Amino acid sequence: MKPPSLEPPSAEPPLPAPVLDMRHVSVSYGAHVPAVLGVDLTIRPREIVGIIGESGSGKSTLAHSVLGLLPKTARMSGTRFNLAGTDILKADRTALAALRGPAAAMIFQNPMTAFSPIHTLGRQLTDLLWRDRDPSGAQKRARIVAALAEVGIPDPVGRLDAFPFQLSGGMLQRVAIAAALLMQPALLIADEPTTALDVTMEAQILHLMRSLRERAGVSILIISHHLGVIAEICDRVAVMYAGRIVEEGTVEAIFRAPRHPYTQALFACEPALVPTGMRRLPVIAGEVPRPGASLCDFASRCAVKAARCVEQAPPWTRSGEFPGHHVRCHGSALSGSPPSGRTP
Amino acid sequence: MPGFILRRTAIALAILLLVALLLFAMMHMIPGDPTVVALGPRSTPEMREAFRAMMGLDRPVLDQLGLLLVRLAQGDLGLDVWSRRPVLTMVLEVLPYTVALALASFVWALALGLVLGCVAVVHHGKWGDWLIGAVSVSFVAVPSFVVALYSLLIFAVWLNWLPAIGAGEPGDIGAQLRALILPSFAVGLGWVGYISRLVRAAMIEAMSEDYVRTLRAYGVGEGRIIYRYALKQALLAILSVIAIGFGSLLTGSIFAEIVFTRPGLGKMTYDAVISRNFPLVMGTVLVTSALYVTCMILADVVSAWLDPRVRSAI
Repeated sequence: MKPPSLEPPSAEPPLPAPVLDMRHVSVSYGAHVPAVLGVDLTIRPREIVGIIGESGSGKSTLAHSVLGLLPKTARMSGTRFNLAGTDILKADRTALAALRGPAAAMIFQNPMTAFSPIHTLGRQLTDLLWRDRDPSGAQKRARIVAALAEVGIPDPVGRLDAFPFQLSGGMLQRVAIAAALLMQPALLIADEPTTALDVTMEAQILHLMRSLRERAGVSILIISHHLGVIAEICDRVAVMYAGRIVEEGTVEAIFRAPRHPYTQALFACEPALVPTGMRRLPVIAGEVPRPGASLCDFASRCAVKAARCVEQAPPWTRSGEFPGHHVRCHGSALSGSPPSGRTP
Repeated sequence: MPGFILRRTAIALAILLLVALLLFAMMHMIPGDPTVVALGPRSTPEMREAFRAMMGLDRPVLDQLGLLLVRLAQGDLGLDVWSRRPVLTMVLEVLPYTVALALASFVWALALGLVLGCVAVVHHGKWGDWLIGAVSVSFVAVPSFVVALYSLLIFAVWLNWLPAIGAGEPGDIGAQLRALILPSFAVGLGWVGYISRLVRAAMIEAMSEDYVRTLRAYGVGEGRIIYRYALKQALLAILSVIAIGFGSLLTGSIFAEIVFTRPGLGKMTYDAVISRNFPLVMGTVLVTSALYVTCMILADVVSAWLDPRVRSAI
């Protein structure tokens, strides 16, 4: 698992235009409940970027904001929010609807509820392809069957008449991926795509997504709270906490040399990484505070906090020996040697 | 599927048996000597004795019950106390009027209720939704006999557009249909409001499903989401409630039948209870119950047929 090195930008020839380009994007529910605060995120063609963070960190809100799928009460702002060349912040409803599918397609957490239980899969997939004018439907049907075969579904023709409850969760997630691929999207957004699946299915789905990047050339934004999933598939990782990205870097940098105390705590709590003999699963004390409540949102739960953590907002600084590794923490930025790292 | 229908029919028969037992018990516990009610206070003891013998009331209670159940199993509902005509014939005479009124009321109420419910969902949270909500609740709140009396006053008495009483001459379809308009309006109006609220709630629930989010994530239009996906799910969800509603319409039209002087099951039951005409009470109530459980079975079958999950499980 050697991710292609895309960083640092200066060492490479001019990069292609990013598929997703977010600058200081914020999302709040109603006027006073921020969920995402000043997020910068760039995804380049064929890149797989992961976002990790615990529940309530704003990662799903971020993913849904890309397609304008947030509830009506949500307010988005920012200096730049481009998806495949379209400014989402300025897009009206029609323009936003035009992006859904061709610019970015999404697969969701629970494949068992992602399809209507009382319509056949063929009916639903055909409706998702509503943009194609095909009066007889034969052409659409052929495309759908080809896509189902491509994601490894046995008897794809027979599945068209099947209802979702007749397929397993893993098979349904494959159907969801096939639906996304039919859009030939620039970006595939996967919101916890394997959380509802068992471990074998998870491995298969991740393998499928990676091979699709090779074959179809899509970029992938994957949201997960499962570190193993992120390590398995991503080139680059952003760690979200209380609505902000607190650390970002290549998968190697984040997993070998996590710098932010929060990232380190996440690794310490990962069940797969807990040393044998431990009687209790470690947890991060306290809860995620409301985003923007203090200058460093993690200060209240941080084991190594200093006086300046509550006096000054932590800066976004380069860190460590890995290229492109950034962290938002006073401690990590100022201390010379990186904290003890871990290998996944 | 045949096994499923068979099981439901068995349950339905058990329900009918229970209804018969309850009715039998009720008739024996109800205060007042039926012979006195039937023959009047000035009847002689001999007359009463003869009446008792005729009705089988002089036999032991268990014998009476056994006799009743044997007769019912043969499809014999007994004879009317007064006219000595078979109860089944009398019930079947008025049944078409009741079914016609229930159907007419229900069809227009369902059609309008569905439309109002869908429009409310499309305008969810806007003034259109509020307006339909207010109108629907007021339809539900107004008692149907008030609607019946006012519509009678306006359209039959003042405007003289429609007949005030009766069900139209037998054989004259046009007159029968015109006689149906006012009663079905009075009976159905409350159901319009009820169904529109029901449809709205079921649709809003359907629209919050994950699969709707999937459809939206692919830019599928709201119209297609509402009418092809959410409406089907909503109809499935409210089908059994609708069936219960239709069942209760078969008996609940008694106000309309009295106000418009229409023959019907509701009025016949009422008159039979008042005059202690027990065979007729038994007959009308049993036939009503049978219609009711038939509606329920039909609803089960239709929803099983519409829902692939249920269809494959039975």
